Amino acid sequence: MTRPEVALAGSSRGSGPLLQVRDLQVRFTRRGRPPVRAVDGVSFDVAPGQVVGLVGESGCGKSVTSLAIMGLLPGRGVEVGGEVLFDGSDLLTMSKDGLRGLRGRDVAMVFQDPMTSLNPVVPVGTQVTEVLRRHTDLDREQSRAEAEQLLRRVGIPDPSRRLKEYPHQLSGGMRQRALIAMSLACKPRLLICDEPTTALDVTIQAQVLELLKQLVHETGTAMIMITHDLGVVAGICDEVNVMYAGRVVERAGRRELFASPRHQYTAGLLRSIPRLDAVKGGRLTPIPGSASDTLPWDRGCAFAPRCPARAQDCLVPDLELTVDDERPHHRLRCVHPVPPGGGDA
Amino acid sequence: MTIVAPGSGSPVGDPFEGPTASQDDRGTSLWRGAWQRLRRDPFAILGALIVLAFVVVAVAAPLIAPYEPGGAQWGSQVTPSSVPGPSEDHLLGLDAFGSDLFTQLVHGARQSLVIGVVSTVIGLAVGSSIGLLAGGIGGKVDVALMRLVDVLLSIPSLLLAVSVAAALGRTSTSVMIAIGAAQVPIFARLLRGSLLAQRNADYVLAASSLGLRRRRVVMNHMLPNSLGPVIVQATLVLATAIIEVAALSFLGLGEPNPTVAEWGRMLVKSQDRLETSPQLALLPGMLIAVTALGFTLVGEALREALDPKFRR
Repeated sequence: MTRPEVALAGSSRGSGPLLQVRDLQVRFTRRGRPPVRAVDGVSFDVAPGQVVGLVGESGCGKSVTSLAIMGLLPGRGVEVGGEVLFDGSDLLTMSKDGLRGLRGRDVAMVFQDPMTSLNPVVPVGTQVTEVLRRHTDLDREQSRAEAEQLLRRVGIPDPSRRLKEYPHQLSGGMRQRALIAMSLACKPRLLICDEPTTALDVTIQAQVLELLKQLVHETGTAMIMITHDLGVVAGICDEVNVMYAGRVVERAGRRELFASPRHQYTAGLLRSIPRLDAVKGGRLTPIPGSASDTLPWDRGCAFAPRCPARAQDCLVPDLELTVDDERPHHRLRCVHPVPPGGGDA
Repeated sequence: MTIVAPGSGSPVGDPFEGPTASQDDRGTSLWRGAWQRLRRDPFAILGALIVLAFVVVAVAAPLIAPYEPGGAQWGSQVTPSSVPGPSEDHLLGLDAFGSDLFTQLVHGARQSLVIGVVSTVIGLAVGSSIGLLAGGIGGKVDVALMRLVDVLLSIPSLLLAVSVAAALGRTSTSVMIAIGAAQVPIFARLLRGSLLAQRNADYVLAASSLGLRRRRVVMNHMLPNSLGPVIVQATLVLATAIIEVAALSFLGLGEPNPTVAEWGRMLVKSQDRLETSPQLALLPGMLIAVTALGFTLVGEALREALDPKFRR
């Protein structure tokens, strides 16, 4: 039925992948104690114009993955291994200066909290133009005009006035739009969004998602969408990687994942979503336990302690990510998966 | 832009009126915004008035004072047990050396201002540079500079000032350098700590994610967010500088001429006449306190005005 994954296939679209993450490892070293494996062998590809989701609960390693790709993890106390190939060159071995030239120009990031991600004492305009001044040859006037265009493009009304204002004079949604404008200023080929809608209220979330979706379609930017919100996944992602305890446990196209989740964890996540058609007064279906109960992967499936289908054979060391013969793009790290089509979604 | 009819009264105008053309061109800068908030703060205005009065008196001392300072012209009228009080010729009476007390107080303001400002600027410039290098570059530079500062900090600031003053000789320049040097470790630590607190801020990570150079991130993003405590400290140091001058004089390390007008020394020299002529100590003491209060009020108000969390 399943076989070990021999080689990772490229993107499902014609062109080759822009970003290839290969066996990414991030360990946080601790004095006198064994290191924490935050990311434990994560591999995935992102093609131009493709939106790849990294989904999982808090602490599963999705944000650390994004910071490792950007080279923004602190130098001390962190060990990073594996390969992050961007357009063929490895970002992990690149010089600091080379990486700094790439960040903001070719690879950019949108952060979770627009309230704290803008500098409170610098006008919004300066924060947008300094990216342009850093990476392009535009002079002061030109970059100001370009910044105005950018703000207009992300849907900020009266951009020339907004450029002179301070972040505290903008609403949360406006700030996130301004941050998106900053990250898109130099037309990056890869945009990493780390929970871009988490700090916003629901109507603004929808607007920001719509904006991001539209920008990806217009520019062909590759995007990594990090989220714990399955609604965001359903709204924007082409391919979804479900992460648990630092590893990808299931990868599938969006439709396939929602229609037929195979991993017990994914199925549990989908079951736990509150439903409008549920019985009134009925209880939600949580996944018992929490991620802190997990075993390390080298002693077996890390999800086993919380898994409804666990058995003795789940405790095989170093469980592989396998490919489903009938669905070439569906990958799975599970001994006792949910039967195909067995998802109750 | 709204056109206000001539003579229509209120210069404040319609609250819904857009910004005027000149404001529109420059926008609301950090310092402009701070100035607008300062103008609405009554304590800031009180502090500013005190500081302003102090500066005016200091600058215009020769015009305000009725006599030349430090003359001791009326020394014969002073006896070991009594000092002449207020009279027609002398508004506040004489001091212990037989100079006009009012003249001495007015010229004392000048001395205090010069020593206070110069020594604070020395401490601020040197200390902030060290703090900026340590906090901005980090790593080994930080460790080396901070151990140096630790050594300075382990010496009590007055002892440090005394050592510097003793080494440089008895001139007012050496007093300023001594007092400035004593403030260096405080400013260095303060700015470094302030910068470190910003280092893990989200906006620093966001700026780094846009590929900005380290120097730009430190100078344009971290530094403006770290200046608040340094500014407050500078105003407080201005107040302590005046007191430290007195202490140095008391220890015989200040200006050699005992009749030169300086509030701190006037306070010290009047201590043996506290029972008979308390005004000799009271007046310079009050002036020191009020001036210090003025600088403190301004510093506090400035901190609040510059801190975005206090903005409304």
